[in-house]
Amino acid sequence: MARVVVNVPAEAKRGEVIEIRTLAGHPMETGFRRTQLGAVIPRDIIRTLVCTYNGVEVFRAELHPAIAANPLLSFTTVATESGTLEFRWTGDNGFSATEKAAIKVV
Amino acid sequence: MITRRHFLLLTGAAVAMPVKAQLPANIAEIRKAALKEAIGKVVGNSQVRQGRVKLDIPPLIDNGNAVPVSVEVESPMTEADHVKTIHLFTERNPQPYVLSVQLGPRAGKARIATRARIGDSGDVTAIAQMSDGSFWSDSVRVIVTLSACLEEGLI
Repeated sequence: MARVVVNVPAEAKRGEVIEIRTLAGHPMETGFRRTQLGAVIPRDIIRTLVCTYNGVEVFRAELHPAIAANPLLSFTTVATESGTLEFRWTGDNGFSATEKAAIKVV
Repeated sequence: MITRRHFLLLTGAAVAMPVKAQLPANIAEIRKAALKEAIGKVVGNSQVRQGRVKLDIPPLIDNGNAVPVSVEVESPMTEADHVKTIHLFTERNPQPYVLSVQLGPRAGKARIATRARIGDSGDVTAIAQMSDGSFWSDSVRVIVTLSACLEEGLI
């Protein structure tokens, strides 16, 4: 299981725009690098990140080899109701990671 | 028996044939065409207008392996008028596509940030598609001193 970190405020006012930051531990091998013997190192990247808020998709990102290692993504969403935000990363070679964060809306 | 002449011929041939792959001479045009094609795939025949998008990236990049990039789009982000997608491209990478994100009215604000790999000095372009189908863009010319993906002398 890959190490992932998400930063979501624990509490927010209803209707407030909150910033969410995500970080996933991953080398994001581009598939363009070579070993010293000249063999191409095969591509191994995270392809997508999907964020759902109480089951409703609020953000989706498609990543390409030009995203730096340990991909960081930050985005915003409106705090509508208390519940959980779920993050799912998927990538090459069957990579998959999930993380949940609870939010309390007052 | 290896004579001096024979030895020089052999080593000369080895030096003349580099083992590493070389970039084609017209790489700049190839990359420009690839960028145009990638943008064309996103926007189709629509017109891309300048404005509304603000691409924030340092103009001078020390290390192309992790460049902080943020994109902000002016939009009320309501059901009727919001940003649908944001695309990010670079001119001089082996593949021009960097990132695409899908947003909706639930985003509240159209602002994203990430870290990109930038291969070489050139234009970085962000294109946003609004809910009415229009495209807006912003480009920044950056200078890269240490390129990403250059460990083996290849871009």
